[in-house]
Amino acid sequence: MQSRNNLILIILIILVALATYIALPIDHPDWFKKLVAPHQEGPQALTLRLGLDLQGGTQIQLQPDLPEGQTATDEQLELARAIIERRVNGLGVSESLVQAGKDRIIVALPGVDDPDAAIETLRGTGQLEFVDLGSNPEGLTAGMKINTTNGPAEGAASDKVYPTIMTGDKLKNVDVRRDPNTQKPYIAFELTKEGSKIFGKYSGDNIGNYLAIVMDKTILSAPVIRAKITDAGIIEGDFTVDEAQNLAIQMKYGALPVPLDVVDVRTVGPSLGEDSVRRSLLAGTIGIIVVLLFMLAFYRLPGFLADLALLSFVSFNISLYKIIPVVLTLPGIAGLLLTTGTAVDANILIFERMREELRAGRSLPSAIEAGFSRAWTSILDSNLSTILTGLILLYFGSNFGASVVQGFAITLIIGVLVSMFTAVFATRTFMRFIIQYFADSLKNKLSWFSV
Amino acid sequence: MYDIIKHRRWYYIFSTVIIVPGILIMLYSMFTIGTPFRLSIDFTGGTMWELRFSQPIAPGDMVEFFHSQGISDANVHTIGDENTLVIRTKQIGPDEKLNLMAAMEKQFGEKPEELQFRAVGPTVGKEVTRTAFIAVIMASLVILGFIIWAFRQVDHPVRYGVSAIIAMIHDVLVASAFFSLMGFIAGWEVDALFLTALLTVIGFSVQDTIVVFDRIRENSRRRKGESFEVIANRSLLETMQRSIATQINAMFVMIALLLFGGVTIRQFIATMFIGMLSGTYSSIFIATPLLVSWHNHEGLFGWFHRGKKKQAKKTATA
Repeated sequence: MQSRNNLILIILIILVALATYIALPIDHPDWFKKLVAPHQEGPQALTLRLGLDLQGGTQIQLQPDLPEGQTATDEQLELARAIIERRVNGLGVSESLVQAGKDRIIVALPGVDDPDAAIETLRGTGQLEFVDLGSNPEGLTAGMKINTTNGPAEGAASDKVYPTIMTGDKLKNVDVRRDPNTQKPYIAFELTKEGSKIFGKYSGDNIGNYLAIVMDKTILSAPVIRAKITDAGIIEGDFTVDEAQNLAIQMKYGALPVPLDVVDVRTVGPSLGEDSVRRSLLAGTIGIIVVLLFMLAFYRLPGFLADLALLSFVSFNISLYKIIPVVLTLPGIAGLLLTTGTAVDANILIFERMREELRAGRSLPSAIEAGFSRAWTSILDSNLSTILTGLILLYFGSNFGASVVQGFAITLIIGVLVSMFTAVFATRTFMRFIIQYFADSLKNKLSWFSV
Repeated sequence: MYDIIKHRRWYYIFSTVIIVPGILIMLYSMFTIGTPFRLSIDFTGGTMWELRFSQPIAPGDMVEFFHSQGISDANVHTIGDENTLVIRTKQIGPDEKLNLMAAMEKQFGEKPEELQFRAVGPTVGKEVTRTAFIAVIMASLVILGFIIWAFRQVDHPVRYGVSAIIAMIHDVLVASAFFSLMGFIAGWEVDALFLTALLTVIGFSVQDTIVVFDRIRENSRRRKGESFEVIANRSLLETMQRSIATQINAMFVMIALLLFGGVTIRQFIATMFIGMLSGTYSSIFIATPLLVSWHNHEGLFGWFHRGKKKQAKKTATA
């Protein structure tokens, strides 16, 4: 029993040392990162990730903007997400995140320098359409806006509504090539199976007619159909290499299956974020120091052991945030600090119980064991209710796209779980160690247990 | 042994005196602004824009500027110092925002630093309101179920569950009334964080109640001869020191956060602070006395079943 406790104590000390090492804000060696967090890669591994509200940045939510009664399918949304993700990657923001929610796409760009420009890039290129202009384009050229059967345009050059043949999601591949003889650039494109069917029929029936390639109702190019096009075709025109490249990129990446509307923007400037970090650190440090002093003054020797457990509680939490990883937000910090309260509460429950047992005349070792075992059901039941609330918050937060709520719920749940380990298990191990070696000398010093 | 339970009617009266005005404030708010609280753009949709200039800018000038840009509903006030403005308007789209920023630079001779920008579409707001409502209802039901399950081995587990839920609703009402009042005094607005605070209050309120109930459960087993009233009172006294010590600790942390923490979470922490204070109070002075009142089949204030109450007392002492 005693040697077993000593073994547990040694393992515990190693774990605390390890957690403290992970929690330290230093650059850990690569082999250590691989060992502790094999699921994380790159320079971000094993660092504390800060949310938008702490480091500044932007989060936007995009929603399909469809006429009343129509909804986007899951496939369309997933495709749009993939396209947005490619555009986001083009921005070069590290740690960016693109998620498809129930009916919208959430993009997080932490630490982005110019949020407005980034949002512009994300939504700027939009829906690509192939539009039939008929045999006479009536002076329509690149840069003009037109109404299509897919939707009206603002500031259209004419009131006429042109038929959309197909949208850009039927494109499989787009490339810029050069004519080997004239060195003139042209765009080569391949169509999906479905696209081939639609386009083959249309182009076969309409040789000699004008076909407009339209992005967000703006004509990019209006070539003439020279031959029937089935699975692959080319677009020739009077463009420079750069223009061709641009057109190809817009065709390739701009082919959103549905038009998207920005429905939610949250931007936090970097200076506000820094201010929040500084203030939270100060508040957290002061709060924890006061709690440590209170426990020491109120419960003496057990209070001191509870303080050790509380410090390891903080280490364990921060190291878990780094390992999992958890993105720390301002409410998340509040969640961590609140659960230090839960951790301390567990110790208070145990120590009060211990006091009662000592007053009832039990011997020190048996009072200690009774304190832990009797307080356990209260601790478990009350913590379970907090975890249940945390899970509901988590569900609520995920439905919301609100990282604020989720950040709080995650640190709350982790904190409550860790508190049961440190406040109950670790404190008990410390306590048993003390009793094992000092039971006799402590027998007459019950005041150390504040009795 | 000090008898806490004996004065239970006074606690009910005290809580009523606190909660009824609170409900009146929320009702008044319902009539004047249509909702029990001022709602933030999280729920209504709209824009919140916090900008810092290098010199003081009068809020009136900013309102006028927005007017000149065709936005007539701008609401502007300073925050922190005179250089920092918070502007609230209808939802501003990305293009509109770029135009406004350019025009603002022309008007005020500098490009302000953007501290915060938040724009929410009206459909998002509606969805948030609905989800929030579901979350609170779900939390209550899950916790009710949990308590009935946790106390399944005692007599009348439903009473424990219902008493805990009444104490919880008590705390939610106190925290909500406080927030509604602060809406009138300081313009506080309900946002996603307020709901988080409320749900946390729910969790911690039940946590406090469970600790006391747990002791009642244990004492009922060990002291079969004693009346329920005596057992309940004993359990309250035995857990009293813990309740106070825990509450003091939680207060330390929250006061530190209130004094030194970021401005953005101040309302969140203050709401939680009031709710937890109420939670500790209600676990001692509402949840447990309710159990006893129920056990003795008496009305809340002893108004009903006066005859029966005497009978119940007799059986309790017998």
